Amino acid sequence: MHKRNWYLIPYSLWIALFVIAPIVLIVYYSLLGLDGEFTLANYENFFTSTYLTMTLSSFWYAFLITLFSLLIGYPTAYLLTRTKHKQLWLLLIILPTWINLLLKTYAFIGLFSTYGFANQVLEAIGIGRKQILFTDFSFVFVSVYIFIPFMILPIFNALEKLNPSLVDASRDLGASNWTTFRRVIFPLTLDGVKSGAQLVFIPALSLFMITRLIAGNRVITLGTAIEQHFLVTQDWGMGATIAVFLIIAMAIIMALTSTKRKKGVTS
Amino acid sequence: MTKKWKISNLYLILVFVILYAPIVYLSIYSFNSADNMTNFESFTWDWYKEVFQDGRLLIIVLNTLVIALLSAAISTILGVIGAIGIHAVRRKRVETSLLTLNSILIVSPDVIIGASFLIFFTILGIKLGFTSVLLSHIAFSVPIVVIMVLPKLQEMSPTLVDAARDLGASRLDVLTKVILPYITPGIFAGFFTALTYSLDDFAVTFFVTGNGFTTLSVEIYSLARQGISMKINALSTLIFLFTLALVLGYYFLNKRRAERPLVRPEVS
Amino acid sequence: MKKLVQLFALIFLLSAAILFALDRLNATQGYSGENVLNIYNWGDYIEPELIDQFEKETGIKVVYQTFDSNEAMMTKVEQGGTTYDIAVPSDYAIAKMIDEDLLIPLDQSKIPNVKHIDPRFLDVSFDPGNKYSIPYFWGTVGIVYNRDLIGGDAITSWKDLWKPEYKNQILLADGAREVMGMSLNSLGYSLNETDEAKLQEAKRNLMELTPNIKAIVGDEIKLLLANEEAGIGVVWSGDANEIMSENDKLDYVVPSEGSNVWFDNIVIPKTAKNVEGAHKFIDFMLDPENAAKNTDYVGYSTPNKDALRLLDPEVAEDERFYPGEDVTDKLEVYENLGKEMLAHYNELFLEFKMHSK
Repeated sequence: MHKRNWYLIPYSLWIALFVIAPIVLIVYYSLLGLDGEFTLANYENFFTSTYLTMTLSSFWYAFLITLFSLLIGYPTAYLLTRTKHKQLWLLLIILPTWINLLLKTYAFIGLFSTYGFANQVLEAIGIGRKQILFTDFSFVFVSVYIFIPFMILPIFNALEKLNPSLVDASRDLGASNWTTFRRVIFPLTLDGVKSGAQLVFIPALSLFMITRLIAGNRVITLGTAIEQHFLVTQDWGMGATIAVFLIIAMAIIMALTSTKRKKGVTS
Repeated sequence: MTKKWKISNLYLILVFVILYAPIVYLSIYSFNSADNMTNFESFTWDWYKEVFQDGRLLIIVLNTLVIALLSAAISTILGVIGAIGIHAVRRKRVETSLLTLNSILIVSPDVIIGASFLIFFTILGIKLGFTSVLLSHIAFSVPIVVIMVLPKLQEMSPTLVDAARDLGASRLDVLTKVILPYITPGIFAGFFTALTYSLDDFAVTFFVTGNGFTTLSVEIYSLARQGISMKINALSTLIFLFTLALVLGYYFLNKRRAERPLVRPEVS
Repeated sequence: MKKLVQLFALIFLLSAAILFALDRLNATQGYSGENVLNIYNWGDYIEPELIDQFEKETGIKVVYQTFDSNEAMMTKVEQGGTTYDIAVPSDYAIAKMIDEDLLIPLDQSKIPNVKHIDPRFLDVSFDPGNKYSIPYFWGTVGIVYNRDLIGGDAITSWKDLWKPEYKNQILLADGAREVMGMSLNSLGYSLNETDEAKLQEAKRNLMELTPNIKAIVGDEIKLLLANEEAGIGVVWSGDANEIMSENDKLDYVVPSEGSNVWFDNIVIPKTAKNVEGAHKFIDFMLDPENAAKNTDYVGYSTPNKDALRLLDPEVAEDERFYPGEDVTDKLEVYENLGKEMLAHYNELFLEFKMHSK
């Protein structure tokens, strides 16, 4: 229609400066050995059992975190759209993310510790003290806690644009609640679910800090390894190599989800 | 029907209780006379008094705030322009690659972003401090705004724009009278998410700051070595109450002034 | 649309107002003047009153910034764009910074107070002749244990940690040198070992410790031990001292096989603008009275022998934190093993971490 898409100019500039340039730097660093020489050693190193196991376990935990965020986030978003002051409640879902993450994590250490609040509750209801801190459970729980607003937000938006008459029609035609949900509501909000999953899954791959504070380094993600290589061992080459793989993984996930998204829109 | 109502209410209440549990926990201990988050000794206002007497802390809070507001606003403008640009791209391959590039900053670990920005700024000769922090926050907030705005654009019927143009609207009119009003909810969502990212960021800021410029999260992380003082808890409680008041105030003021909802109902 | 314009106008107005307020605040606090000393130190690692006192005595305004790891600090100094006049890195980092030419040699004539430092802590391997650095605090790596939680027995050696009755009781500090060093020491090797067979042996040895390990953590180890989340922790002596003052059931021991001795020294990085002021500051901190005051606040071991005399004898004579020569003889400083060897240590530590799941 228009020859010139001038909207793209400032945006392309931003991409060139803050996306392309850093990526070039990362790829460049991934080819550097410890003494600054050009080498493929980092890539060889990545394909050893240590890093491959780490990659697998990162994907597994990111999957769990996304799954639970969805399972808890979807009903929450759905119920929020039914409340009276839904925009207000949505803001209140986002509000906790404005409190510093490290402080909240420290609060979780307090809540989950051996003599903490969670264990006092468990004891009061007769289950008895359990080790909660430094388990897979606490790690997934806190991660879901951190990411869930990013899952709820897009799903809420998708539910909002859902035409209520479609739901009514389905009901009128005798569909049960479950069928209506499965056949009408969920497929129509799939885009929201997808962008929510993207916003949770990919950052979950590169989680760090929580792995140490809440999981006591019993969970090691790619993000933890990168952080260690950049900040502790100063082996920037290896850290950059892991980052390259993370970027590739992300590009694949993005490509997979965006093709499908397009189909749903062109109508 | 009423029973179901109760169960769903219960579910929402539970979600909110869990979301706010750590914050309540933090706030309770800000009144702790002992300087830790584990043993509550006795009630005190001392930490709050200290917060108000600390000039350096005030500077840090204001730094954090101004960076968050400015970076969120500027990145929202850039992001909206970018989203409209991407939306106008006809070729699918170009659109996909733009979107992939866009997402790289969202998913790159903070440490990498921080480290590469640091190298980048030093190459460019930008002095570390306010400017470098602001630039980086804008940089990592732009893609999230694009992600938030793009779906709104995609759901907008192309006939709407065509109709406006047929009726003689200029390009600027189309933008300000048709497109922007339609995507306003997305813009708001993008702005608030950008604000969130900026307020919460530690790793990137940590790398690119210098020369005496500090934000709250960097300060908190540095203090963690000696255990976090309850002064920080008191400060966080104050910030939390302030934002809560702001959100509630904004919402109800808005509601009273115009009795229409924030998101206009879909007319299809 | 109107709403959007209003919102953005409001935000920019508000930002301008805040920036103006910040400018005034910075001016009144003196941060934007000329006579400024930029100090880059660990968080909460100085008595704040001493900064006030230094400002009053010299008229120099101090800007105190903090870092949380040697590596982060080095990255900042290396990349430039900053103007730190004073930094406080640890021993191995100092060696590295000297290697990479990131430090300015000290002018000893401007630091007469160096005479108060115990000669034991001068002229050490990482900075021969103290050309670049002056000791600030020092300490050891050892074991903190809670008698009540581990059944009353005292721990005296690294080997004790491998006892099966300490199942799920141990917290380790998250450091490759510390953990590998612990394993090497327990086998009777040096913690600067570079022999591959011995390193592999040390790794296998660590893997046997896995059932006893509860978590590998960072600074929060202090909080966790003070709260009795676990009975045993491998920590730095400064941290141990701090948590023992919070929980009196805890005790600290430097293991009999030997361990690490560490130093945090004051240096002047290449980025310094106020070298004159930096020397003044170093000399000021070495004054016995100031050093004693600082030690009281920070709680780490001071290398200042004359400050030690001013301290409470109960502190100064505590063998756990001011050990005699018989113990210090067995302690080793981490030597700079070179990048390759360090990377190898990290790989081994990572393998151990992955295994401890």
